[in-house]
Amino acid sequence: MSIEFRGVRKQFPDGTVAVEEFSLSIPSRTTTVLLGSSGSGKTTLLRMVNRMVDPSSGSVLIDDEDIARVDPVALRRRIGYVMQNSGLLPHRRVVDNIATVPRLNGVAKDEARERALALMDTVGLDRSLAGRYPRQLSGGQQQRVGVARALAAEPNILLMDEPFGAVDPIVRTELQQELIRLRTQLEKTVVFVTHDVEEAFLLGQQVVLLERGGRIAQVGTPAEILANPASDFVAEFVGADRGRRSLRIEVVHGRQVVVDADGRPAGVLAAGGPAR
Amino acid sequence: MNLILDALAWIFSPDQYGPGGVPTLIGQHLFFTGLAFGIASAIAVPLGYLIGHTGRGREVAVALSGAARALPSFGLILLLVLLIGVLQIVPAVTVALVVLAIPSILAGAYAGLEAIDRRTIDAARAVGMTEWQILTKVEIPLGLPLLLSGMRAGVLQIVATATLAAYVGLGGLGLPILQGIQLRNYSQTLGGAILVVVLALLLDAVFGVLEQVAVPRGVREGRGATEARAASRPARAQALSGAAD
Ligand SMILES: Nc1ncnc2c1ncn2[C@@H]1O[C@H](COP(=O)(O)OP(=O)(O)OP(=O)(O)O)[C@@H](O)[C@H]1O
Ligand SMILES: [Mg+2]
Repeated sequence: MSIEFRGVRKQFPDGTVAVEEFSLSIPSRTTTVLLGSSGSGKTTLLRMVNRMVDPSSGSVLIDDEDIARVDPVALRRRIGYVMQNSGLLPHRRVVDNIATVPRLNGVAKDEARERALALMDTVGLDRSLAGRYPRQLSGGQQQRVGVARALAAEPNILLMDEPFGAVDPIVRTELQQELIRLRTQLEKTVVFVTHDVEEAFLLGQQVVLLERGGRIAQVGTPAEILANPASDFVAEFVGADRGRRSLRIEVVHGRQVVVDADGRPAGVLAAGGPAR
Repeated sequence: MNLILDALAWIFSPDQYGPGGVPTLIGQHLFFTGLAFGIASAIAVPLGYLIGHTGRGREVAVALSGAARALPSFGLILLLVLLIGVLQIVPAVTVALVVLAIPSILAGAYAGLEAIDRRTIDAARAVGMTEWQILTKVEIPLGLPLLLSGMRAGVLQIVATATLAAYVGLGGLGLPILQGIQLRNYSQTLGGAILVVVLALLLDAVFGVLEQVAVPRGVREGRGATEARAASRPARAQALSGAAD
């Protein structure tokens, strides 16, 4: 399902303008990453898609339908949403948390439970954790439950708000890889929010770099942004002008070694072109 | 010491177990308490949930509750008896007890909802719960312990104040107290007072247990247990300090 932001603006009741004016087209079955530092309006934009935030002006369209005319409850039940904190219900067991939306949609208890257990496999959670409460899980496990819950209604759109922010780098890499695997398998339109450049470039087919007030600094594939930063802000944010991003080739013992700006080796150049 | 023994002797004396004896008095007392508690809850719980869920009307509720608490109970009963009419004593007394209990129960109901992590409510809404489902499936279960602690305070107020019903001729455990004073039979007065205290302690214990049982398992158990208790303590203190002002 495609998503389109048309000139949206959001001013909160207290006067804060979180998003000044934002337009973006998100093609069906792709992953778009909203990248930006804290307070740039990423969460606000993401929550416009499931009407947790209604724009002050402008509109959001899903498959060319203005969602302002769609019942928010029905809309939310068909959009998966992984929250910045895991957002699990503390008084419900893992399996019941995952089954929340199917149950709301009237799926029978046993069937919803079966589906929830299957989703635990999908996100790499041991089924023995099904009877636990959220507080009895580690942060990484809670995040996985959050992902499983978002997938439970079999949504075509998946909104993910810094879903791996609270976990250590190893688990984080694991979850990212799992998301890439799921994405190919499930063919969903994913909107992913992060402030981590590495993560954005790893996951995003389209990356939207945001400045304060939801202003778009640049939109493009990771390669486009790296190759051709639209401004000094972009270059600095993605680190194109320094450190690990600025690589050059040195020949060592007859092999081409790629080194970064500080001369640290990043790898060797493979013989047959792109290895993928 | 002798007085206490005499009081106990009065409580357990055989003529207290005929018509109009101790069981009857306890029955009357509990009847008024239950009636007033039921009505007060029926008014205060929905109202408190409305305030807690919408976040609106809290100031008005706090102001009215404060005013209601400041009313002297005996004065209120007499006033209502005069207003509603001497023939309508039962409703007059019941209304007075209801008015006294509402503030605590109301505070318990909305404080219970307010104490819930906003992110939990937000998450419930974001997965597609209707406002009614948020209330019934998330807010009510998570807010139950604080509601019960408000009810506990309310029921104690009613039990204590129901003693005054005897002054307008409605019996209950206030009767032996009142008669004892008039007849200078202090063992009887003390006997009545002891029974009120025991009744209050029993009700307090019952609600204390309910309060513990009502804490949802996911909140009570696991490594978060101490954390959750620590977190609910200020909320409870707030509910009760709300009860005091
Ligand atoms: N409900 C609200 N009321 C008032 N201001 C808000 C509200 N929600 C967000 N804001 C403000 O809007 C701006 C953008 O917030 P938003 O949560 O969208 O940022 P973000 O990019 O997701 O940041 P982070 O990376 O820290 O999560 C911030 O200045 C924030 O303080
Ligand atoms: Mg955010």
